[in-house]
Amino acid sequence: MEAVALPVPGVVEVPQTGPVVSAQALTRRYGEGETAVDALGGVSLDVTRGRLTAVMGPSGSGKSTLMHILAGLDKPTSGEVTIAGTSIGELNDTNLTKLRREHIGFIFQFFNLLPMLTARENVVLPLSIAGEKPDQAWVAELMKRIGLESRSTHRPSELSGGQQQRVAIGRALISRPTIVFADEPTGNLDSKTSGEILELLRSSVDTYKQTTVMVTHDPRAAAIADRVLFLADGLIVRDLGRSDAHEVISVMEELAQ
Amino acid sequence: MIGVALKGLLGRKLRTLLTALAIVLGVSMISGTYVLTDTITKSYTSIVDDSFVNSDAVISGKVAYKNNNSDTAGAPAFPAAVLAKVKQLPDVAAAAGTIADQAKLIGRDGKVISTADGSPIAVSVDRRNDLRFTPLKLSSGQWPVGSRQIAIDKRTADTKHYAVGDTIGLAADEGVRRFRITGVATFGSSSSVGASTIAVFDLPTAQHLFNKVGKFDGIQVAAKNGVTPEKLVSEIRPLLPPTAKVKTAEAQTKESVDDVKSAIGIFQKVLLGFGILALFVGAFVIANTLSITIAQRVREFATLRTIGSSRRQVLRSVMLEALVVGLVASLLGLFLGLGIAKGLNALFSAVGVQFPKGDTVFAARTIIVSIVVGVGVTLVASLRPAIKATRVPPIAAVREGATLPVSRLSRFGPIVSILTLAVGILLLVYGIFGSGLTIATRLVALGFGTLILFVGVSLNAKRAVRPLASVLGWPGAHFGGTAGTLARENAMRNPSRTAATASALMIGLALITFVAILGAGLRSSFGDAVNKLFVADYAVTAENGFDPFTSHTDAAVAKAAGVTAVSGIRGGDARVFGKNTQVTAVPPNLAKTVRIDWSKGSVSVPSQLGRDGAFVDKDYAKDHHLLIGSPIAVETPTAKVLHLRLKGIFDPPKGGSPFGTVTMSTATFDANYPKPRNFMTLINIRGGVTDANTARLDASLGAFPDAKIQTASQFKKNQENDINLTLNVLYGLLGLSVIISLFGVVNTLVLSVFERTREIGMLRAVGMTRRDVRRMIRHESIVTALIGGALGIAVGVFLAVLTTQALSDEGIVLAIPWRTIAVFVIGTILAGMLAAVLPARRASRLNVLEALQYE
Repeated sequence: MEAVALPVPGVVEVPQTGPVVSAQALTRRYGEGETAVDALGGVSLDVTRGRLTAVMGPSGSGKSTLMHILAGLDKPTSGEVTIAGTSIGELNDTNLTKLRREHIGFIFQFFNLLPMLTARENVVLPLSIAGEKPDQAWVAELMKRIGLESRSTHRPSELSGGQQQRVAIGRALISRPTIVFADEPTGNLDSKTSGEILELLRSSVDTYKQTTVMVTHDPRAAAIADRVLFLADGLIVRDLGRSDAHEVISVMEELAQ
Repeated sequence: MIGVALKGLLGRKLRTLLTALAIVLGVSMISGTYVLTDTITKSYTSIVDDSFVNSDAVISGKVAYKNNNSDTAGAPAFPAAVLAKVKQLPDVAAAAGTIADQAKLIGRDGKVISTADGSPIAVSVDRRNDLRFTPLKLSSGQWPVGSRQIAIDKRTADTKHYAVGDTIGLAADEGVRRFRITGVATFGSSSSVGASTIAVFDLPTAQHLFNKVGKFDGIQVAAKNGVTPEKLVSEIRPLLPPTAKVKTAEAQTKESVDDVKSAIGIFQKVLLGFGILALFVGAFVIANTLSITIAQRVREFATLRTIGSSRRQVLRSVMLEALVVGLVASLLGLFLGLGIAKGLNALFSAVGVQFPKGDTVFAARTIIVSIVVGVGVTLVASLRPAIKATRVPPIAAVREGATLPVSRLSRFGPIVSILTLAVGILLLVYGIFGSGLTIATRLVALGFGTLILFVGVSLNAKRAVRPLASVLGWPGAHFGGTAGTLARENAMRNPSRTAATASALMIGLALITFVAILGAGLRSSFGDAVNKLFVADYAVTAENGFDPFTSHTDAAVAKAAGVTAVSGIRGGDARVFGKNTQVTAVPPNLAKTVRIDWSKGSVSVPSQLGRDGAFVDKDYAKDHHLLIGSPIAVETPTAKVLHLRLKGIFDPPKGGSPFGTVTMSTATFDANYPKPRNFMTLINIRGGVTDANTARLDASLGAFPDAKIQTASQFKKNQENDINLTLNVLYGLLGLSVIISLFGVVNTLVLSVFERTREIGMLRAVGMTRRDVRRMIRHESIVTALIGGALGIAVGVFLAVLTTQALSDEGIVLAIPWRTIAVFVIGTILAGMLAAVLPARRASRLNVLEALQYE
């Protein structure tokens, strides 16, 4: 339906090895003068292909800011972000839009589904926006994976919170993006439902090799990740491999002191 | 994406409906205007079409010039001898002469049978001659024969319960004459010609009645087979005297239809003007409603952006919604227009304007214009909110309470607002005071000036909201407790929203105030003029106050005991200095009944007019460089030229005078105008105004039911009533714009309530009662409405001051009708309360628990 007019050099070629997303010396300052706040104080990282990376940290640590900048939603004060080989700092709105269509999926804390669309319509929305025909087999498989094949014609208001977040995950995966960003995906759910959502995220990484970055302050969420980055005061202070919830909690407590 | 936009509309039914209503109403006014005027045109056209049935050529009297805005016009009759000559032409199959004049029918109550704004038609039908030419068809009885018989139209017979054999009166020049009804006729296929009455006589009777013995008003001619109407016309033309002309029936019909069309065209333009105004207000309402809706959908747009929508897609989806809303609303408006046409008809008949009835015409043009205009206005009004929606950044999807970013250009906002206001005012001043402008330029400057002024005021209104709300909301905040205080704060918390909502209301109120002030000015200067000029005790006018009436009344009144002076003022068309105008004629005793300030000449001017004297007013003398003794050539409709000399120049009061551009003596007038009629007779009587004198004068006019005796103050009041009727029509037409703006208030409040769900839940949770919630919303509505009212009244007063300044030469003074304005303020408060009903109910019914969990 909509073709973004300008060609984006480099966006199309996705390197098959190495990091999908990388950041160099990111800083982010809000405000000016004496009231200025440094949310990020110089962060560099590479997101590994096919893995689930969790970004942990207490409120105000800068973890949300980091994710917003990595996803191209916010601009860094200094530093550079490369997504799938493209440096996004220079992209204009049109090219950023195209980049999002092809390479990025989002999962939000408050689901952000369109209330007037059915579950299935919400899932395929990114494709209809991009003007692409959904692959029916893939849609069917996704609907089955998120466990909503029997509720595909329900609207969000007829679904529970967990079910709505499943729809949101389906929507993030539908275009097989290079990377999925999940912003506190369990932040608005009870613990049992949270567990189910985390399982779904984990399985999507395992099954589809879906590179995923998840921002969370829930140690149980961090525990399903392949790698856990800890942020405090705008800096990465710890970079762990797979850790269980206890390890995560103890690192958090350690950092809190 | 298309699906998303359309499903979104369905998902927000109430909001969509509220947005659409403004356009529905505006479009209905446009479509209603077309339906009404098309229907009227069609009815008149079919009447005209019927008029020349079976004729190929039509001979009629020739006017020296045509004066469109005159009641006394009418081609003079021509010598009947023409008919014999025409009949001798070898190509003529048949020809018949007719009389067509006007005469009022008198009902059983002795009063004139009202024709509203139709005419009291009087025609001849000669049954001994050729009946094929008459458009009238007998529905019962016989055609009248002889001086005591009449046939009348079926509508009058039906509504006034007359039947063949009854007797009915007719207001003839010499007084009421009675006729026996021998027949009841229909006109063509319809039972009537609008609200006109039709009186039918045989030819000699009609000629005698209308002082046209040996004359005809028209001759209809049928050609023999194979002769074209054009050929017939060219054969007839050499036979005609200079006072007659001939046309093919088709050309004559077209001419009459064109006359009708141009008259209705003006009426149509005026009504369309009100429709455009309504749409203009509708555009404000839509733009505002959409801005609010879009502000509430920030997260939705941001989410769409994060999952890959481009700005253009967002723009397109909002515009698509607008397109659908505009289309549906225009369609609804189109059909509602059928109802509006009926409403307008009712409005006009309530003030005495009766249109002919006919089949409703629903033309393709009505459909096309309504939809194009409705959709166009919706799209234009939606453009700004839609562009705002494209500015929603994707990051708003993850931020709590995200708001619309301000535009890069917003810092120019204040400058643009003030410039817009200035441009509007400048255009208005230019349109009003600019010299040497054509009427069209002036109207365009005034129209655009006013619209731009409205936009300018609304752009600046944002800054006036806080101070206005704190003053206007004071009573509520003071006496209304917490609900009142919160209401005032709510009205102030989003000044642009309140300003936009109030601005729509401002437009309607500004125009209503403007009309009210101008009306008051007219009334007051007219009243002053009457007080100043009118030294007579009584005045006689036609029943309806403005028709000319027979001059025989003068003699009848003069016979009443105690009458010391009777001054009949005659009027007629004339062409003076190359312009069509109205002239008047006065008797020598005028000084006894009218007090005139003479700037040149003395009180004795009227008595010295003689055969060739004339007087004019000061401005006319100045414009045409006239001095005492200057010659003035007055051409009558029958092409006679009267050579008059100026004998006096008077200084009329601001409110005008009863005199035409040139005034001559009654003697001169009567000698040169075929049918002299009065439009006013002034009377002095011994003892002045008393009940006995009134009764006596009334009795003296017994034979003239069309003439009405009035005291000076009754005369003033009757004329003022006409102004009031006009005002009421204008109020009615402007009312639609006000209603649309009230829907704007409803929209804003419903949307605000929706937005503040959680807050209202919290207020309820901490102990606010449902009643308090309702009161809070109601107060906010009243404050918003009052802001609109205050702005509107201020703008209206400003416009009126400008206009009266410009028109001060025309005699309109600035008179502010405080009582009327107080009524407007009270009306505004009531309107605010009315607009709050639905939103207040929704707010008070919120479930506290759900409202608190609402996200």
